[in-house]
Amino acid sequence: MSDPFLQVKDLRVQFPTEDGVVSAVDGVDFAVAKNKVLAIVGESGSGKSVTSQAIMGLINRKTAKVTGEIRLDGEELLTARPEQVRSLRGKRMAMIFQDPLSSLHPFYSIGKQLVEAVNVHQDVSRSAAMQQARDMLDRVGIPNPDRRLKDYPHNLSGGMRQRVMIAMALLNNPELLIADEPTTALDVTVQAQIINLLRDLQREFGTAIILITHDLGVVADMADDVVVMYGGRVVERGSIDDIYYRPEMPYTWGLLGSVPRMDAGRNERLQPIPGQPPSLIRLPKGCVFRPRCAYHELVPGNRCDTERPDLLPVTPEHAVRCHLDPAQRREIAAERLGVATADPAMEDK
Amino acid sequence: MGAYIIRRLIAMAGMLVTLSVIVFLLFSVLPADPARLVCGKSCTPSIIKAINHKFGYDQPLAVQYKEFVQGIFVGRTYGEGKAAFDCHVPCLGYSFLRNEDVTTLIKDTLPITAQLALGGFVLWILVGVSIGIVAALKRGKWQDRTIMGAALVGYSFPSFFIALLLIFFVQIKFAVLGFHSYTSFFDSPAEWFKALVLPWIAVAMLYAAFYSRLTRNQMLETLGEDYIRTARAKGLRERTVIGKHGLRAGLTPIVTAAGLDLAGLLGGALIIEQVFALPGLGRLSVDSVTTSDLPVITGTVMVAAFFIILANLVVDLLYAVIDPRVRLA
Ligand SMILES: Nc1ncnc2c1ncn2[C@@H]1O[C@H](COP(=O)(O)OP(=O)(O)OP(=O)(O)O)[C@@H](O)[C@H]1O
Ligand code: SF4
Ligand SMILES: [Mg+2]
Repeated sequence: MSDPFLQVKDLRVQFPTEDGVVSAVDGVDFAVAKNKVLAIVGESGSGKSVTSQAIMGLINRKTAKVTGEIRLDGEELLTARPEQVRSLRGKRMAMIFQDPLSSLHPFYSIGKQLVEAVNVHQDVSRSAAMQQARDMLDRVGIPNPDRRLKDYPHNLSGGMRQRVMIAMALLNNPELLIADEPTTALDVTVQAQIINLLRDLQREFGTAIILITHDLGVVADMADDVVVMYGGRVVERGSIDDIYYRPEMPYTWGLLGSVPRMDAGRNERLQPIPGQPPSLIRLPKGCVFRPRCAYHELVPGNRCDTERPDLLPVTPEHAVRCHLDPAQRREIAAERLGVATADPAMEDK
Repeated sequence: MGAYIIRRLIAMAGMLVTLSVIVFLLFSVLPADPARLVCGKSCTPSIIKAINHKFGYDQPLAVQYKEFVQGIFVGRTYGEGKAAFDCHVPCLGYSFLRNEDVTTLIKDTLPITAQLALGGFVLWILVGVSIGIVAALKRGKWQDRTIMGAALVGYSFPSFFIALLLIFFVQIKFAVLGFHSYTSFFDSPAEWFKALVLPWIAVAMLYAAFYSRLTRNQMLETLGEDYIRTARAKGLRERTVIGKHGLRAGLTPIVTAAGLDLAGLLGGALIIEQVFALPGLGRLSVDSVTTSDLPVITGTVMVAAFFIILANLVVDLLYAVIDPRVRLA
């Protein structure tokens, strides 16, 4: 296997606060290959946004401690000079955010904001930059792009704004695009349009995408690989088939709920799991999911309370962080979800 | 836009009319007897009567008001026969105490106040906004704490105290600057500057304390906005992120505050003018209050109100220009 385009190793982000140190991201590992879509799923507060902002170098290192390794095309970003990371932002890696209205500057026209994004990385004239901006608006399906360039963010609908954000992110042909819940703030019908657009653009440009979402339908539609996060950690990681058909971690089971099927409705939401997400200030000594886990009694010797499970591979692609015996996990999954026995190859094709 | 401005101007006129009526009614219930005040020691009822007649105080209030308004728009004549004299448009009344029409009094004093206000304004914006930005960028650091601490101290000192401190240290203790009375710029720029520099600093210190806090808080709020994160995500240099995207949004609300504060100051810096003996509008107001010089009080109140109301309009228009989300309707 060739080196992945983005490699994240043992990423940790800690925010010192008055109440104590918040470990928002606590040892996260994953990789994204060129041309692939990696989905990150997990409850609110599990550290998805902080992870993606750490990759982009958007975490203020003066107020937070970021450690580990982030390699973009082999280049280590966490130890790189800030100026070096800045020059990659918007150029080799770009990001779109959850709320397109608040993410666009209210006082600058769309054209100005797009031209600025071009000019920071390309030494072209204003009019050439404007032309690029216009073409990209056209590309992302914005009607009347010439007029839209003069508009301000508040003149556009939510869907159009998110298209503008996508256009802005794609202007410099980034090799990695991070989309942090790009549809959460939008209407259901618009959500589908934006996701289709992202998928089409991904095919067209061959961009690697990290897609952060709560929408399991979207994950099934777009993703090649899935990372499940809980309490700032990766608790399970695998191909889309691994996660949908062979999930092995109790939290993933909870997420998938009772309908963990590829053909589940597009707007299938994550099923709520009883209990509260953990406080990130004083994490339990054992497994972070322990207070909400129905299966910890099956692990002998109270290890769920005393020992942190490691993220261990089941197959080269599939890794799980749980003390349960793998055979037992598969049994429970089969019983609970009725999927582990199904042949993914048959279902998929 | 044009229709909006016209509508606002009409509303503005309405406010001024209302205000003038209120001022008139208030003064009519005051115990002050203006004729009595000018009449002097050897006062007889007939002299009082004559004075009252001359200035129209023997007329019903409504008539007095009508004449006041008439004076503003077409001018009016005081007294009768040989003793009659004209008060030209815009006649804001006549001070029998000072033997001068109010318009002239204001014309003489307003420029001094305006110079004080504008000079102080430039200083306080430059100082207040820039140290506010520094504090925001150094949030929580010693620079921030020092600036905010100093601002709090400056902010809690009454203005006369700041003025007196300046006088004590600059003029008396270290005697870097003697006492200079106001001189027109055209007569002597150096004297003009020497007379105004301390009042400017006093005004600037007062307002800069407030504006540095305001700027810091606005900047911090803005720098936490999502679009600032977007600006960084685009790969913009930190300079551009803060100097362009941050300032543009962070300083916009300050325009409103600054416009209104400047207008308030144009209506008379009562205490600063008093302490530095500047013959400005503020001093005229204070003097006229202490001498119950009703026509002058009325005139200065109207002028101050005019500035405030005008500033409101200007600030709203300015806001519509700088914030594309604002629609004037
Ligand atoms: N600057 C910060 N200071 C302190 N804590 C922070 C900071 N930023 C994030 N956190 C904490 O880190 C945790 C992870 O936040 P993050 O935004 O990554 O969650 P998320 O998985 O993206 O959730 P959501 O689905 O709601 O977007 C949260 O508990 C949050 O409170
Ligand atoms: S390690 Fe224990 S508590 Fe954690 S998920 Fe596995 S069984 Fe549950
Ligand atoms: Mg998030």
